[in-house]
Amino acid sequence: MSTVQRNMALTGEPPKTINTQQKIASFIGLLGVMVLILALFNLQFPHKTLWLTLSLIAIGGGTVWFAIAEYANTPSGIKNNGVYFKSLTSRGFWAWILGIALTLFYVVLYWFPQYLGLNENGENSGMVALFDPLSKFLNGGPASQWFLYGTLYTLAILAFGIKFILKYKHNKYEKLRTYSVMFFQLGFAFLIPELMARLNSDTFSLPYYDLKNIWPLNYYNFEQYRVDAFISAGDIGLALLIFGIVSIFIITPILTFKYGKRWYCSWVCGCGGLAETAGDPFRHLSDKRQIAWKIERWVVHSVLVFVVLMTTAVIHSYLGDDSSKYWLTNDVFLIAVAIILTLVFVATFIFKREELQKDAKLGAIGYFVIIIALIALHFFSGVQLFLFNAEILRQSYGFFIGALFSGVIGVGFYPIFGNRVWCRFGCPMAAILGFQQRLFSKFRITTNGGQCISCGNCSTYCEMGIDVRAYAQKGENIVRSSCVGCGICAAVCPRGVLKLENGPLKNRINSNEILLGNDVDLLNYVNK
Amino acid sequence: MEHIVIIGNGIAGITAARHIRKLSNKKITIISAETDYFFSRTALMYVYMGHMRWRDIEPYESWFWEKNRLNLINAYVETVDTDSKTLRFKNNETLVYDKLIIATGSVTNTFGWEGLELNGVQGLISKQDLEKLEKNAPNNKVCPRAVIVGGGLIGVEMAEMLRTRNIEVTMLIREPAFWTNVLPINDGKLLSQHIVSHGVNLQHNTQLDKIVGDNHGNVKSVITNNGDEIPCNVVGITTGVKPNISFLKSSKIETDRGILVNRNLETNIKDVYAIGDCAQQREPIGLRPPVEAVWYTGRMMGETVAQTICGNTLEYKPGNWFNSAKFFDIEYQTYGWVFSAERRENFEAQFHWKCDSGLPFLTVSYNKNTNAFLGINTFGIRMKHEVFDAWLNEKRNVDYVIKNLKQANFDPEFFKNYEKEIQAAFANQPVIV
Repeated sequence: MSTVQRNMALTGEPPKTINTQQKIASFIGLLGVMVLILALFNLQFPHKTLWLTLSLIAIGGGTVWFAIAEYANTPSGIKNNGVYFKSLTSRGFWAWILGIALTLFYVVLYWFPQYLGLNENGENSGMVALFDPLSKFLNGGPASQWFLYGTLYTLAILAFGIKFILKYKHNKYEKLRTYSVMFFQLGFAFLIPELMARLNSDTFSLPYYDLKNIWPLNYYNFEQYRVDAFISAGDIGLALLIFGIVSIFIITPILTFKYGKRWYCSWVCGCGGLAETAGDPFRHLSDKRQIAWKIERWVVHSVLVFVVLMTTAVIHSYLGDDSSKYWLTNDVFLIAVAIILTLVFVATFIFKREELQKDAKLGAIGYFVIIIALIALHFFSGVQLFLFNAEILRQSYGFFIGALFSGVIGVGFYPIFGNRVWCRFGCPMAAILGFQQRLFSKFRITTNGGQCISCGNCSTYCEMGIDVRAYAQKGENIVRSSCVGCGICAAVCPRGVLKLENGPLKNRINSNEILLGNDVDLLNYVNK
Repeated sequence: MEHIVIIGNGIAGITAARHIRKLSNKKITIISAETDYFFSRTALMYVYMGHMRWRDIEPYESWFWEKNRLNLINAYVETVDTDSKTLRFKNNETLVYDKLIIATGSVTNTFGWEGLELNGVQGLISKQDLEKLEKNAPNNKVCPRAVIVGGGLIGVEMAEMLRTRNIEVTMLIREPAFWTNVLPINDGKLLSQHIVSHGVNLQHNTQLDKIVGDNHGNVKSVITNNGDEIPCNVVGITTGVKPNISFLKSSKIETDRGILVNRNLETNIKDVYAIGDCAQQREPIGLRPPVEAVWYTGRMMGETVAQTICGNTLEYKPGNWFNSAKFFDIEYQTYGWVFSAERRENFEAQFHWKCDSGLPFLTVSYNKNTNAFLGINTFGIRMKHEVFDAWLNEKRNVDYVIKNLKQANFDPEFFKNYEKEIQAAFANQPVIV
């Protein structure tokens, strides 16, 4: 007895968390990673195809085997035992090691790809060179750091997707949604663009295009080089360009109206895909405090404003000003942007003003006035549009938001801030979809009468940091712009209180306390 | 300004405080010796299991209390003097109230067994109990085996908790199957099977005789009424709860098992109210027992008493009975009354349905003379509270309920539907005798 350390803390000592099979599986996976690391340090592998294959199989296979060993022989049900006791999932030592390693990887990937072995003017070396055979097989050319990243990213979604499916084997919603993100990642984000690149020749060239990656997440989609490439690629190119615009203005609003933003964020999107699979063990680390929600609203909508300004400025900068050459001049474009923004703003304030919080009104009016004023200033006194040169806006967005926020902080900090930091605080696409979801969508999470016991599982495991319990314990439906509809709150609820639903708009938001169980008189009094 | 003092910061007391604040500007003070802040008692198990941290089971952030002007005092009330309207705390400080709400909840119910004082014998109700369990059973080296006495809700929770640390668990259940003082035997048997499949050793028809200690005052084993000795390091006493009212012995407040209250939740003393687990109804309400230790009734009493205190005297009228729980991986919901063999009247017929794979299953109760729907237990199927509440109020018959069961389904999207199978089974059931 006396040799056993007695821990007096409330959070106790868990049993051994991984079994022998899991140890072997981890070892195999790490061997696969080791091959990549050796390649990074320029160890020359004689048969690159063989070693790359072995490495990828070891990483993917090791992960899947680990998952099978963890979940296959367990009963169907929620698997959160010991989440807050394990170092990796409770911001312990291993969480920091993983966080730092991922962060370093992103820093090198974005800003120092030469250290990964990228050589744009000759033969690749190092880790990138190891991926040359696969790249040549798929698209005919040598690998880039982005090909390497895309391959590992896809592998992560597939392998951890299988793990997630095993973990939630009792929940069909979770399984279907995971099959979906695996499909879109492998097909749309990885294979199709690579194979499309094969079509390119000296006379025909399409830009790399992940069809499901919609502006403003794909903030560079309408940059000059891409639009030029689309237009010069004839009908196919034009079709892709039009698809890009249709996705924003037609497809997205319809689907979001019918199903909420989940159709994108947790069924299709690649960022969401990684967050839901590889990031799933870290979902509870999201900050649930009210202050975090306040910060989130300002930050994510500011990013949206930024991307709108940046894209407008960029497109404006390359459009001509001679309407006899082409109808879409930079002035016409600018006026169109101003009209669209005004329509959205006015419609929101006419129809949905009661649903906006004070700070939302303040922010909306503030940003709207500033944007319109800047556009007017440009028209009437010739001041540089949005004060900054379009190229500077483009570059700073790419650096701060595209790379630093979505990559380094978004994924690198999974083990510290949770798996949806980018989606919650940074993604402008999520902001647009969320705006619509909050104000004009059939989607909601329904609360089941008075059955809530305020246990907190829903809030804890909400990756978006929504305090689900705050609504559920009052019998209110949850209608929040940030909700990505992952369905985990409903899954972990021990009392069957929550359900993701698409239903009629009427009474979607019930701000009354409707705790059932009380007699009707009391309900009336409570809601007075 | 009128000073409302609430003893107890559980769901009943906090709900009362929140609603009084919504309705008035009265001064509100909440006293608890257990914790500084309100937490979800039903979520204690998840802290031990590592699903959540302590702060995650606290429904409100710490700024909430100040913002809503709810004064919190961490103190133990030793005596209540209703003549001078004064509370005296253990540290001898005093507090004067204008109106007093007692919401002190429950303590573990024991049956005077030998050995209750030994180290390692404990219940699972309070934060202190959780801390004790963490100390008594941090892992399966310190605590290779535990015995749980009582086959009910807290017992199965404790079993689930201990199993997450690979501790061998034996449950002594007085009845022939799990929780069959409440559930029909059929439901209880299926639950017993499920609990066994999670590695718990169930000893049905077995009661505790005494607890045996070693020379250091620690638990060594228990002896059952069958004379078997089961070695163990922890004994979980989960044979129900009883109102936590011992501090009222010297007061003029009338008590029986709990604090006696009328339908307005008033005690025999003016300006003193009792709500939640510690209250005992003088007149029975429907088929409900006079003392109800349930989260939901605590909450409803809190809402009701807040109205009364704020000048709108209101009778406590809980609506249709409902409840829910989770037994390892099986979610349970109930609406209306489905009685155990003990309480079942002659007219109550019970229709049992079980999926071929074993899960889900359900029991529907109805009056075999009038065909009126009485209640439902579901295991592994989620049902809509609102729909069953309406059906019970509308006094629907059982055929209607079975026919429209799909309307009440609350399972997540894409889940398999069982209504057709249930309807077919109901149509084909043998004639009830």
